[in-house]
Amino acid sequence: MSDQLVQIGGHGRGFGATTRSDNWWIGPTLTFLGLSAFIVYASWAGMQGAYYWADPYLSPMYAPLLFVDPTAPGSAPVDHAWFGTFPAWWSKLDGLLPGLPKRALSTPAALILIFPATFRLTCYYYRKAYYRSFALTPPACAVEGVRRGKYRGETHLLLFQNLHRFALYFALVFIVILAYDAVVSFFKDGQFGVGVGSIVQTVNAILLAGYTFGCHSFRHLIGGRKNWMTCDGGKASTHHRLWLGCTRLNGRHMLWAWMSLFWVGFTDFYIRMVSMGVITDLNTWD
Amino acid sequence: MSKRTFRVWRGDAEGGRFVEYNVEVGPGMVILDALHRIQAEQSPDLAVRWNCKAGKCGSCSMEVNGKPRLSCMTRISDYEPEQIITVQPLKTFPIIRDLVTDVSWNFEQNKRIPPFRPKAPGPDGKLRMWQEDVDRIQEFRKCIECFLCQDVCHVLRDHEKKQNFVGPRFIMRIASLEMHPLDTVDRIPQTLREFGSGWCNITRCCTEVCPEHINITDNAIIPTKERVVDRFYDPVAMLTRKIRGEDPARAREEGKVP
Repeated sequence: MSDQLVQIGGHGRGFGATTRSDNWWIGPTLTFLGLSAFIVYASWAGMQGAYYWADPYLSPMYAPLLFVDPTAPGSAPVDHAWFGTFPAWWSKLDGLLPGLPKRALSTPAALILIFPATFRLTCYYYRKAYYRSFALTPPACAVEGVRRGKYRGETHLLLFQNLHRFALYFALVFIVILAYDAVVSFFKDGQFGVGVGSIVQTVNAILLAGYTFGCHSFRHLIGGRKNWMTCDGGKASTHHRLWLGCTRLNGRHMLWAWMSLFWVGFTDFYIRMVSMGVITDLNTWD
Repeated sequence: MSKRTFRVWRGDAEGGRFVEYNVEVGPGMVILDALHRIQAEQSPDLAVRWNCKAGKCGSCSMEVNGKPRLSCMTRISDYEPEQIITVQPLKTFPIIRDLVTDVSWNFEQNKRIPPFRPKAPGPDGKLRMWQEDVDRIQEFRKCIECFLCQDVCHVLRDHEKKQNFVGPRFIMRIASLEMHPLDTVDRIPQTLREFGSGWCNITRCCTEVCPEHINITDNAIIPTKERVVDRFYDPVAMLTRKIRGEDPARAREEGKVP
C-alpha cells in the first residue's frame, strides 16, 4: 500500500481538473477544428462575390440570389437575381473596410448567410458542440471547465437561444429554395441532363432537409408540444406520425448536422472550381 | 486470476487520501467485486454503499477513472491490464465517508415538484389514455435514481448552482409529469423561475453517463425547454394566446390538456 495526500474526494479544482484517464480532449479539439475550418471557409467564400455560378449550378452559399454584380467573374446572369443588380450606393460600400476582399460587402452571400448561420448557432446540437469546444463550459464530461464565477447558463446573455424556432422558420424556406435550385441544376438551356454538379446540389438539399426536419424545435412544434398525439381510440394522428418521423431524424441530429455542414462547403467548393475552370464538370450536356 | 492495482479514495469531510490496493481479480469481476475483496481481505472499514449489484438500485454510484459510473456494472476488464484504476466518491455531493456521499439534496428537490394530479374521470368513472401517448414518458420511468446525471452536470458539479438548478434528473421528472395526458398541474412557470431550466446549457453529459441509456437531453430537457419557450419567449405564440384569450394554466387545470 502506498499513500498520497489529496483534496476531499480526490477531485482537483481549476480549469481542466479531472481524473479521467482517457483522451477526453480529442472530441472538443476535433469539433473546434471542424467548426473553425468551416467558419473560415464560409466567410472567405461568402466575401468573394465571384465564381459562385457555373451554369446551371448555383452555390448554396449564394442562394437565393437576391442581387448580382454582373461585372464579377463567375457571377450569375442578371435575370437569375430576384431583384436585379445591386443598387449603385450599395456597390460603393466596397473598399470602405480595408483588408477585406474587393466585393466583401456587395456579395450576394452577405444578405442570406445570416439565416442559416443563425439556425446553426442556436441549434441544440451545435450549442453542445461550441459550449464544449469554444466556451469550455465544460470541455468534456467530468472535466472542469472555465470557472467564470458568473456562469449563468442560458438565463441572461444567451437568452436569445430561445429564438431557435424563428431561425427554423427561415431554414424551412431555405430548404424549399435549395430544393428548387437542385431541380434547376438538371436543366441547362432548357434541356434536361445530369452533371456531377446536379448530383452534388441534390445531395446538398437532401442533407440539409435531413438536418432541418430533425431539428428539436421542429419536433416540438409538429407534435411534441401536445400530450394527446393520438386520435380518439388510440389511432395514430398526423401529429403523431410526423413526430415519429422527426424523432427518427432527431436521433441522428449530430450526424446530419456535420454531414450537411461539410456538404454545403463542398458544394460551394465544387461549383467554384468548375466556375474558375480548374476542374471540368462531367455531364450529359457537353 | 491476476493482480490489479486500485487507487481508492479514503477519508471523510475533514480530509483524506488515495490508498493503493493490489487485488486479485478474475474474469467477469466488476469494480464493486474488487471493493468487496478489499473489504474482505485488506480494509474491513472501507465504506461503500451498494444494494442490488444488478444495476437496478442506483446505490453504488461513484467515479471510476474520473467517469461517473455504477460500480456494479463496470467491468474491470474494460480497463487496460497495466492501468491503475482510480475509484472516487461522487464530486457533486458532500462526503460521508470513503466512497459514500450524502445524496439527500436530490430527495429535497423531488419534494419541490408538484405531484401528479389527474383530471376528473369520464362519465363511466374511468380515466383512459393510449399507449402511444405515454410511450415517451415511460422511457423516463427507467430512471433508477443513481444520480450520476446530477453528479456530472457541470452546473451542479463545477458551478455549484444547487440553489438555482434542480438538475437533469428532476427536469426529467417535470417532463414526465408535464407530458402526461391526464395530468392537470401547470409546472412551466416554476420550471423556468424556480427549477432553473435556463441554467442547463445542453452539453449532454447527463445523457452520456446514464446507465439506463435514457435520452435525458433530447427527450426530456429540450422538450421541457421548448415548452418554456412556448410560454415565455415566443412572442408570436404569446400574442396569439392574448388575442384568443387563452390561459394555458387554467386550461390545464380544467383538464383541457393539449
